[in-house]
Amino acid sequence: MSTEAGTRTTATSSPGRVGDSPLRPDGTLKVTGEFAYASDLWHDDMVWGVTLRSPHPHARIRGIDLTGALTVPGVTAVLTADDVPGENAVGLEHADQPVLASEFVRYEGEPVALVAADHPETARRAAARIRVDYEVLPAVTDPRRAMDEDAPAVHRPGNLVRHLRLRRGDPSVTAPVVVSLDVEVGMQDQAFLGPESGLAVPAEDGGVDLYVATQWLHVDQRQMCLALGMPADKVRLHLAGVGGAFGGREDLSVHVHACLLALRTGRPVKMSYGREESFFGHVHRHPAWLTYEFGAERDGTLVYARATVLLDGGAYASSTAAVVGNAGTLGLGPYRIPNVAVDAYGVFTNNPPCGAMRGFGCVQAAFAHEALMDELADAVELDRVAIRQLNGMREGDRNITGQVIDSAAPVAELLQIVSELPLPPAREDGADLRSLPGSVGNTTHGEGVVRGIGYAVTYKNVAFSEGFDDYSTARVRLEMTGGEAVATVHTAAAEVGQGLITVEQQICRTELGVERVVVHPKDTTVGSGGSTSASRQTYVTGGAVQAACAAVRTVVLERAARILDRAAADLRLDGEKIVGASGEVLTGLSDVLGEDAVEETAEYRHRPTHAIDPQTGQGDAHVQFAFSAHRAVVDVDVELGLVKVVALDTAQDVGRAINPDAVVGQIHGGSAQGMGLALMEEIVVTDGHVRNPSFTDYLIPTILDMPPMQVKVLEYADPHAPYGVRGVGEPPTISSGPAVAAAVRAACGKPLRRVPIRPEHITGT
Amino acid sequence: MDFLQPRSWADALAARAERPDAVPIAGGTDLMVDLNFDRRRPGALLDLGRVAELREWSVGDGAGGGRTVRLGAGVPYARIVDELGDRLPGLAMAARTVGSPQIRVRGTVGGNLGSASPAGDAHPPLLAVGAVIEVESAARGARRIPAADFYTGVKRSALAEDELIAAVLLPEAAGPQQFCKVGTRNAMVIAVSAFACALHPDRKAVGTGIGSAAPTPRRAPEAEEFLAGELDSAGLWDSRGELPETLARAFGERVAAAASPIDDVRGSAAYRRHSLSVMARRSVLWAWTQYQHDLRKAA
Ligand SMILES: Cc1cc2nc3c(=O)[nH]c(=O)nc-3n(C[C@H](O)[C@H](O)[C@H](O)COP(=O)(O)OP(=O)(O)OC[C@H]3O[C@@H](n4cnc5c(N)ncnc54)[C@H](O)[C@@H]3O)c2cc1C
Repeated sequence: MSTEAGTRTTATSSPGRVGDSPLRPDGTLKVTGEFAYASDLWHDDMVWGVTLRSPHPHARIRGIDLTGALTVPGVTAVLTADDVPGENAVGLEHADQPVLASEFVRYEGEPVALVAADHPETARRAAARIRVDYEVLPAVTDPRRAMDEDAPAVHRPGNLVRHLRLRRGDPSVTAPVVVSLDVEVGMQDQAFLGPESGLAVPAEDGGVDLYVATQWLHVDQRQMCLALGMPADKVRLHLAGVGGAFGGREDLSVHVHACLLALRTGRPVKMSYGREESFFGHVHRHPAWLTYEFGAERDGTLVYARATVLLDGGAYASSTAAVVGNAGTLGLGPYRIPNVAVDAYGVFTNNPPCGAMRGFGCVQAAFAHEALMDELADAVELDRVAIRQLNGMREGDRNITGQVIDSAAPVAELLQIVSELPLPPAREDGADLRSLPGSVGNTTHGEGVVRGIGYAVTYKNVAFSEGFDDYSTARVRLEMTGGEAVATVHTAAAEVGQGLITVEQQICRTELGVERVVVHPKDTTVGSGGSTSASRQTYVTGGAVQAACAAVRTVVLERAARILDRAAADLRLDGEKIVGASGEVLTGLSDVLGEDAVEETAEYRHRPTHAIDPQTGQGDAHVQFAFSAHRAVVDVDVELGLVKVVALDTAQDVGRAINPDAVVGQIHGGSAQGMGLALMEEIVVTDGHVRNPSFTDYLIPTILDMPPMQVKVLEYADPHAPYGVRGVGEPPTISSGPAVAAAVRAACGKPLRRVPIRPEHITGT
Repeated sequence: MDFLQPRSWADALAARAERPDAVPIAGGTDLMVDLNFDRRRPGALLDLGRVAELREWSVGDGAGGGRTVRLGAGVPYARIVDELGDRLPGLAMAARTVGSPQIRVRGTVGGNLGSASPAGDAHPPLLAVGAVIEVESAARGARRIPAADFYTGVKRSALAEDELIAAVLLPEAAGPQQFCKVGTRNAMVIAVSAFACALHPDRKAVGTGIGSAAPTPRRAPEAEEFLAGELDSAGLWDSRGELPETLARAFGERVAAAASPIDDVRGSAAYRRHSLSVMARRSVLWAWTQYQHDLRKAA
């Protein structure tokens, strides 16, 4: 089945089951500005916490004098590393990052001290009066130098976070056609609109309740317990309104800080970053340096691929190792390649820490393999769609780690679809300025404007990989309330704007045949929901909700069977009725439930994944793969280097669209984010210092940069996944950018080996 | 922080004199950013929003027989776009590029002048038409400063501590005007470089203004004189014949030469210079084509 964006009617009146597009409960509130984000949290009696951060990329702390801050009236606490009661170390994969710097600071913006005061302004002023005696140390800021003998070590024993070595077939094989290139990718930011915020409330039992915007409550809790030196039942997390995440909320931000201050002052403490601080308060996408070579037969069939990928992890490990895992195991794209040698490295530097961001290692690699695929097409005189179709992966193939692709791999079909979508009309003379490169900047009326078309395709792993025990928990309760059947679904899976709460409701309605589904606030009183990342929540938490519903249904139908004296297997739940095999109503749900509630909790695990072989990189590292292709059409003012993306069309296999409108929304947003990296989004870091920590100079696409999209959604069910779903959120971010970059290259005839492509790269000035 | 809200121009000037620690606020689209980032912490804000005179524009007789628009310092960009596109086409084109619709509803030319940023979009068209800034203090009364003398350094201007900007005086367009601005996205962007040009057939003169490519907005006097002279000696002002591409190109090179740009996070100096030469060449050709087609005045 295939649907086109916008043509499917939004089903407000539909029952809101799987496959419908019910309105999201938070939608109207967000559009009207009434939604309570984490930054809106409030508690009578609360004080404000602020963070003092390092101005240096690398320094030794010789001493900290708090006197100036302590004497400011209104200040209730000033804390340093000495006040961390548990381990002064947190981290997603390795606990290597101090809660507050003690001996060293390793990047600009690293937290050093905390202040709480009755007013945020007072707290900021007091923090500015803390005197930190720094001995500035030499910094490693060029990741290409990080592994040199004489490079200063960011951590003991050295600056290597992970080296992934992958060998398959005969890595030294030769081929008649050889193409190669070097590509560089700048540092992208998640640029979520709701900056980091949280409210910590000390409790009478000596514990603390933290309300916070995050992506994974339980992984936060685990780290917080260690740092606070408290058991899990004393550190309770509640999800506050999240204004976007994209990977930037996987690592801790205000969490431990706010709790430390709350426990010290005995008062609720609110911490809320401003936009500038936010740029220092979360990890970014790894900048990358990639060297790729393809060898092929004269007809274009790939014989081998060799690649070296270097990712700048910045000062702390965060999820660098896992990002290296993806860049290494998936970094050659969705192609059949018999002979492979890949070396992917992640290194420490004194640059801002880098970690998770939508597309997770595949984004950087795709700019390289897609640019090189175009080179290969030219070398063997094939068109750019045909070369990809020739080499594209198919179901049943083994990928470069030797893993069999055991569900749909429609690379050729996705490319066929995007290549056959109608092209935008040619530019007309006297066209509206807003349709031209430079827009109302009035820089061209058509002079110098050349159109270019580019294609790209990707595949991305869904859910966690390399042997991680990846699961979700759901608790579902069914009861009669005021004469109506109500299901309550409780998971700890974070809703970050992607629409998970709507999906949870849809699954409950479908499985239990009830209309009203209440989504319980997300917190740690239920088991882990796993991370809202890796495009995994509809799959894994969706699976848990489905399983919990099934368990509830079993109990209800068994009860009904007893009452009706029939076999439970012949009964179904539908529209608050118990119906028989041929749909005949047998009794009402209310008669079966009475005053009782039926509540069941279920965990869902996807099929296990496995570690890869450390010498060869071979292994079944991933559980599912999601494919997408983009075709970009751009108009480039080749003389000024300005770009207007005229069309950005895509096709993606989503397995099964649980909520088709939400699927298309993800594809729109992901495509815009990928295009942003191709053309404008970059955190500029010079000598370890961020030069543009603001939305004045960190540019994200506006409505005039983003064209309307044609979106074709394929639904080839994955037989191994609940409802056949396939993760949706990330692939669009991966294939859109390389398609845009290819289109710009096609228009201006320049190699353009660095993204974001800047005007001066196009003009050569 | 005190909030002063005078209701007349005289009260505003008096408040400005009495409270040296007060900072004027018009649309607030620059000032509030500074306050939010804690770059400024004034003792008081002097809100000009209730001073009706500042939010008006009018047309009167100007020097040399032409008409002059007196644009109150507090007229927001959105109104310039809607109401003054015919009389002040260059400024209206620049106004259209400022920020987003929300910013254009609040932001004013007076505020752009008050900030005197080299990247302010109103400055190039003011320079190209030879606008005059009218400023006033309670102590010394009003004085008029030509735009070219107004900008004295990076974010510094000839405005004295006790003065307020009352209005900008601009000649009603006697010929075509153009404004171009390069930014790295297609809306809501600070200029990497900007250029304005104006043809003054009445005086057989050419005006220019360069933005974001020097410590201050500035003209390109040599380019102006070069082009006006060439047009004159070829008799093109009267014949309205084709403007040779080579001439436009040479004009563009002279405009670029007048800039002294820097490398920064928004763009390289070399790109700024290059883009100025392209914008100047293209825009003067557009202006000339408009002049050729301006049959009403050709008669
Ligand atoms: C999101 C955003 C986008 C923007 N985009 C652009 C853009 O594209 N181009 C551009 O040029 N600018 C842009 N700006 C900056 C700003 O909008 C403009 O400079 C605008 O012209 C400022 O006008 P204002 O009335 O808001 O000034 P205010 O912020 O009120 O004042 C600015 C300064 O001028 C002084 N001032 C104001 N009026 C007077 C007066 N009558 N007499 C004396 N001093 C006075 C103030 O004291 C202050 O120092 C942008 C700003 C934002 C927030």
